[in-house]
Amino acid sequence: MHLAIDHQTVYRYGEPANHSIQYLRLTPLSCVGQAVRSWTVDAPSRMPQWRDAYDNIVHVLTIDRPHSEVRVRVFGEIDTQDTNGIVPAENEPVAAAVFLRETALTEPDEAIRGVAEPMRSLVERDRLNALHRMMNTIRDAMDYRIGETDARTTAPAALAAESGVCQDHAHVFISCARTLGIPARYVSGYLFAGEQEETYTAGHAWAEALVPGLGWVGFDVANRVCPGEAYVRAAVGRDYLDAAPVRGARRGGGDEDLDVQVRVAQAQHQAQA
Amino acid sequence: MTREGGGTRPAYSGLEDWLTSTDGDAFEMKRREADLLFRRLGITFAVYGEGGDPERLIPFDVIPRVLSADEWRRMETGLVQRVRALNAFLSDIYHGQEILRAGKIPAELVLTNDQYAPEMQGLDLPGAVYTHIAGIDMVRVGEDEFYVLEDNVRTPSGVSYMLENREVMMRLFPDLFGEHKIEPVDRYPEELLMTLRSVSPYARDEPTAVVLTPGRYNSAYFEHAFLADEMGVELVEGQDLFVHDEFVYMRTPQGRRRVDVIYRRIDDAFLDPLAFNPDSALGVPGLLSVYRAGNVNLANAIGTGIADDKAIYVYVPEMVRFYLGEEPILRNVPTYSCRDSDDCRYVLDKLDELVVKETHGSGGYGMLVGPASTKDECAAYAERIKANPDQFIAQPTLALSTCPTFVENGIAPRHVDLRPFVLSGDKVRVVPGGLTRVALREGSLVVNSSQGGGTKDTWVLGT
Amino acid sequence: MLSRTADSLFWASRYMERAENTARVLDVGYRVSLVPSLGAEDSTEWGSVLTICGCDARFAERYDTVSKRNVIDFMALDPENPSSIYSSIRIARENARAERNNLTTDIWEALNATWLEIRDMDYAVLAAYGFQKFFDWVKERSHLIRGATMATMLRDDTFNYTRLGTFIERADNTARILDVKYHILLPQTEAVGGAIDYYQWSALLRSVSAFRIYRRIYRDAILPSRVAELMILRGDMPRSLHFCFREITANLDMLAEVYGERHECHRLAGEIHARLRYGKVDQVFQEGLHEFLTDFIERNNRLAVEIGRNFLMTV
Repeated sequence: MHLAIDHQTVYRYGEPANHSIQYLRLTPLSCVGQAVRSWTVDAPSRMPQWRDAYDNIVHVLTIDRPHSEVRVRVFGEIDTQDTNGIVPAENEPVAAAVFLRETALTEPDEAIRGVAEPMRSLVERDRLNALHRMMNTIRDAMDYRIGETDARTTAPAALAAESGVCQDHAHVFISCARTLGIPARYVSGYLFAGEQEETYTAGHAWAEALVPGLGWVGFDVANRVCPGEAYVRAAVGRDYLDAAPVRGARRGGGDEDLDVQVRVAQAQHQAQA
Repeated sequence: MTREGGGTRPAYSGLEDWLTSTDGDAFEMKRREADLLFRRLGITFAVYGEGGDPERLIPFDVIPRVLSADEWRRMETGLVQRVRALNAFLSDIYHGQEILRAGKIPAELVLTNDQYAPEMQGLDLPGAVYTHIAGIDMVRVGEDEFYVLEDNVRTPSGVSYMLENREVMMRLFPDLFGEHKIEPVDRYPEELLMTLRSVSPYARDEPTAVVLTPGRYNSAYFEHAFLADEMGVELVEGQDLFVHDEFVYMRTPQGRRRVDVIYRRIDDAFLDPLAFNPDSALGVPGLLSVYRAGNVNLANAIGTGIADDKAIYVYVPEMVRFYLGEEPILRNVPTYSCRDSDDCRYVLDKLDELVVKETHGSGGYGMLVGPASTKDECAAYAERIKANPDQFIAQPTLALSTCPTFVENGIAPRHVDLRPFVLSGDKVRVVPGGLTRVALREGSLVVNSSQGGGTKDTWVLGT
Repeated sequence: MLSRTADSLFWASRYMERAENTARVLDVGYRVSLVPSLGAEDSTEWGSVLTICGCDARFAERYDTVSKRNVIDFMALDPENPSSIYSSIRIARENARAERNNLTTDIWEALNATWLEIRDMDYAVLAAYGFQKFFDWVKERSHLIRGATMATMLRDDTFNYTRLGTFIERADNTARILDVKYHILLPQTEAVGGAIDYYQWSALLRSVSAFRIYRRIYRDAILPSRVAELMILRGDMPRSLHFCFREITANLDMLAEVYGERHECHRLAGEIHARLRYGKVDQVFQEGLHEFLTDFIERNNRLAVEIGRNFLMTV
């Protein structure tokens, strides 16, 4: 697919803030199944960038003068291909074992272990199948509902609430996978959801689990599918905090209002040059 | 102080006369004088756990612990060797991981360890130094036998006590200092500053170093303030620093001032709320990005905790061989790792004879001293081990050396350990002696100040 | 030096000065209340104390009636009132404690001992001790701390921030006292030169330790216009607005010299100083005393904000 993405994040402050700093993970990289044709990051000031532990491109935005708003917009065009949701596990910046570690957001509790344990013998025989089954089990146990959870909700809390958004579904899946000794990671990115030109208030998130012989296999628990050509990967990490599109801090500013607009559309095919 | 088989160690011969000829009342007076001096100097250490008074002094014992010049020389060579190996290990772990490839250390022990920081992978540091300030805890178990009990390479503390103890001793016993040739320790702040400046990312005439403290409510705050003062650098909290355009700056009334090296006494997880614990108000948002850009250096580096993890401790002698091609001068205490099933069986079998520690614990908490525990306590602890064997190591109870200590009933032997401080920068520098910690309760082996231990001045005799 | 250090020293001084001024204001109220035959309403007199300190609304949340007991309770020792003497001393000491390394032992111990004493007081203790004695005690402790500062503090930028805090606060408080008191003592129906209340005016002068000074300068009956002149324009009266700004500009100039840079706060301070230095009391009354003082308080505030922006920790 040829996708055009437009993603704008605006923070507005009740009073002027004196200093803002943000880590932005808003730059998709070309990889197997994904070719970035063009990508622009538009922000209020020049931004140095670095590659983090998981090789995500991180821009650092700092504003060191009084300001009442921080507006960042990224847009571009990306060609995608269906790879059955598989990303090769070669030339990795960190060992897969790192994705076995628990994090604060994905530390399992009894309930999570209760979901994972029944899969253990199947995992040994047929990992891929087990993961598919687990995806559906989790989705059966958790509705998709906005407003019940937030960015700080842990996997156990989301499972207990029996609902959540894609971030929560991914966290629960990841937590279960790790319990079974399967390296699993969080992916943040974009999803083309259909022909209508709609604007969403967030990007999309799903999970990837390591299957020997295949590589990292994606699981979009919220939608019960493996990612295909409608998906664009922007960042990966152990959990949401590692891959979040924006993590920031400020001094001053009073009340904060966040407005996110994401548009993912099919771009017109361009004539080959 | 005494040798095996009776008699006094040569190092103490000078002191022995003084000890026997001075009566209890005189010691008591000196002890009170010391208390007063410390109070005026403002030394305290908040004590956890027992509802202690946060302004209580750490008990100081006026009788020094003495080491001969030869003993110290051997120890120093061993310390330098050990810290060089630890730094080589850290550099390797965060680059090519050769020691893991060579199978010398199980890879998943490192890679799945909480303390291994993926953020540090591939980052080159000035001088390839990771632990600039290391505190190596040692105990004497035989005539000439010193073991390393534990390496502390994250934020080792206690050096201010070493310095203040010497200061107080010199005021209390000027004559003794006249009679003995005792190696001075007061160069430490100067050497620390030199070390910090030597690892500045940029060659500048006078790199700007700061001490980053969590603040007044931290139990070691006194030490942070003391060292900043002695070095003549600013003591800052997270709110005093900010990141802009790939550098770290200090807020001063004259505008911002660039910072080159941060001696940070804040744990990794709290350093940068944008990269680690998002709730931390102690750190500097954006610090990691500047660190990765090579525009600021941190002492000690992020991710050093993997080297002082108790599960890794057993491999340190191997590190000396692997990286330096030398035989380790300092030996480890014989250690059993419960992650190994044979070791684990042995440990569970002999629980009442061993000292068992959590690999992730610190400060003496969460450990079991077999010989001092009841059957029930041992049984309960055994369950913990069985549930999570990877989390435990065990060591035999050591016949720790004792040192004469002034206690309620006069002078009596009490167990001591030693924490020398090793500075690594352009050079490795070790101040003679270190902090001697003493277990004040009779028979007790627990020297940690947070559980009621005390300290002594440590004398290294000059040749 | 860190901005936070400058900030803490500035605010430690401001709060200590605030404590002293609150004691002075309470003292006036108390003196007047001792002579009920003057016809001044208890609630007016004590209510003016609240107005001067800007605490009317907060007081009304906690108490039903404006009475001597309630106001003293609220303004002297109430820990819930951030403007009480107790709170001011507590905050002053907190700020000083954060910067103990930059204060001499004399200064710190004087302030700390003050805190330790007031920490154990309550209304009953105060009543037994005697209110006036308490107000005097606060003033004495403030003198002691300031004396220790003048006698032992190194004359570097830390000293400048300490002095700036004292005089910004003093200027603000003095203007408020004069504004409120003048308004009460000289109701609109009465023309200037009409029958005035000698006792009340002298109480006001005593509150700024200027009763004898007035006599010495003017040697005559107490005229409201002269009281205003003394408290606003006389450069030799240590609690006047003019004197405060002489000190403020002097300290800002020292900072400019040390740092080699001038800022907006220098310009603002210079502007205010000039109005006071070259002002004439007739002009003040032509503008309207209340208008003049309100304008002054606002400018002084703006100066404080600018000083914060230029040197201290702005959040």
